[in-house]
Amino acid sequence: MEQVTNIQKESVIQIRKLHKSFGENKVLRSVDLDVFSRENVVVLGRSGSGKSVLIKIIVGLLKPDSGEVIVLGQNLKLLDEKGLQALRLSIGFSFQNSALYDSMTVKENLEFPLVRNRKHLSQSQIDNEVHQVLDDVGLSQTIHQMPAELSGGQRKRIGIARTPILRPRIMLYDEPTAGLDPTTSLEINNLIKEVREKYHTSSIVITHDLTCARQTGDRIAMLLDGQFVTQGKFDEVFPSKNEKIQSFYNYNFIQ
Amino acid sequence: MENVDKKKKYVISRRIDEFFLKIFDAWRFLRRFFSELFKPPLEWGEIVKQCYQVGYRSLGLISLTGFITGLVFTKQSRPSLSEFGAASWLPSLVAIAIIRALAPLVTSLICAGKVGSNIGAELGSMNVTEQIDAMEVSATNPYKFLVVSRVIATTLMIPVLTCYSAFIGLMGSFLDVNAHEKTSLATFFENAFIKITFLDIGATLVKAIAYGFTIGMVSCYKGYHASQGTEGVGRAANSSVVLSMFFIFLEEIIIVQVANYFRT
Repeated sequence: MEQVTNIQKESVIQIRKLHKSFGENKVLRSVDLDVFSRENVVVLGRSGSGKSVLIKIIVGLLKPDSGEVIVLGQNLKLLDEKGLQALRLSIGFSFQNSALYDSMTVKENLEFPLVRNRKHLSQSQIDNEVHQVLDDVGLSQTIHQMPAELSGGQRKRIGIARTPILRPRIMLYDEPTAGLDPTTSLEINNLIKEVREKYHTSSIVITHDLTCARQTGDRIAMLLDGQFVTQGKFDEVFPSKNEKIQSFYNYNFIQ
Repeated sequence: MENVDKKKKYVISRRIDEFFLKIFDAWRFLRRFFSELFKPPLEWGEIVKQCYQVGYRSLGLISLTGFITGLVFTKQSRPSLSEFGAASWLPSLVAIAIIRALAPLVTSLICAGKVGSNIGAELGSMNVTEQIDAMEVSATNPYKFLVVSRVIATTLMIPVLTCYSAFIGLMGSFLDVNAHEKTSLATFFENAFIKITFLDIGATLVKAIAYGFTIGMVSCYKGYHASQGTEGVGRAANSSVVLSMFFIFLEEIIIVQVANYFRT
């Protein structure tokens, strides 16, 4: 029934028979995935299972060995450098370690994509935009600080705040709660939901944190040994009779 | 079957193949610089910032080393020249040594250490912490922003620092000459430039431009390709300095040979 509803929605990401290897190590083996408009898909899996590789392929940072990736109707294989740059304006990517620019203040970090890609905006419009996203994450007081002066949670929140600043249609989150305490993780999970509500984005959240998956995901896709073994709502995926899924659930639960 | 596949992987051997692949990779990096350089717009804000970092931030060190080089070279040369009653040739000798060889070489070696390691470590750490990827996904060309701006800055600033270092070196030499012979500044500079030709100044500027380009290019290449975490960043900084110095000495030999060919 769920599948029928999804087919009627617009598919923003289509992945078909995707393969990716690093040397002898086959990371992704015939992966298929669809992400629909305004849907939050959580890709769950153990460390090294190829989750981050998958979203790096979607944004064009890595090239697949074979298979098709169609993002917003555009086949990545057929895009030249200019086309890929244009497509990237519609994709927001939040990195695992925030990837804030060390040599820039928080304000300059947030301004960076706007100054380069929204040349029609005046400095006061850019300033307003920066103040607004900082207010959204409750970190206005950090505007003139350097990333090195921020805590891990603050860096993460500013990293996420920077991502939707170009108003992308798709958000990709790489391990948004990794290394954070439960309270900060909860704040990040709420932030991910707020971003979707406010900017009407579709998103893929890469995580191995079941709490994050439960709170942010409309659909869970379980990636094990380079393949999706199951997809569905959280309660449909867990508990499962599949031993590997069960052991992943138990491991997280004990953790 | 698997053994056959493994054998097919390398054309000669793993090490030799990797060596040639690295050279090809460096060549592509160099070629990309020239293709990006002529594609507007350039990142002028970043270029000015990097010129400040490379030029202004190195002034103190260049002043000190330039001054000491001029002073010590004069002190060391005086006994030999005095023995033949040729102490009056000191300004000319020092000027030839400083302008033709010492100023560009000392300046570029100091900058290879200071600026080269800085660029290698900065880009290396940006690479391993995914900051370069972050630039790429925000539809900014990281090569143009990071590499082109830094290479332009080093290529412009090393010649400026070389001229400054030569001037400071001559001032150091003047201090010693003035203390012994009571020569005035005007007479000192008049004597110093007697044997200096446009070819000397031209060759020095060509050297400084080549060294500046080399420091920028090598350090950016090493930093841009850093991997394996903090250890990789350290290696990138270290190899930026070592390789830059190696190429500087290599270029020194070539440019001196070419300049001597035109001189004779």
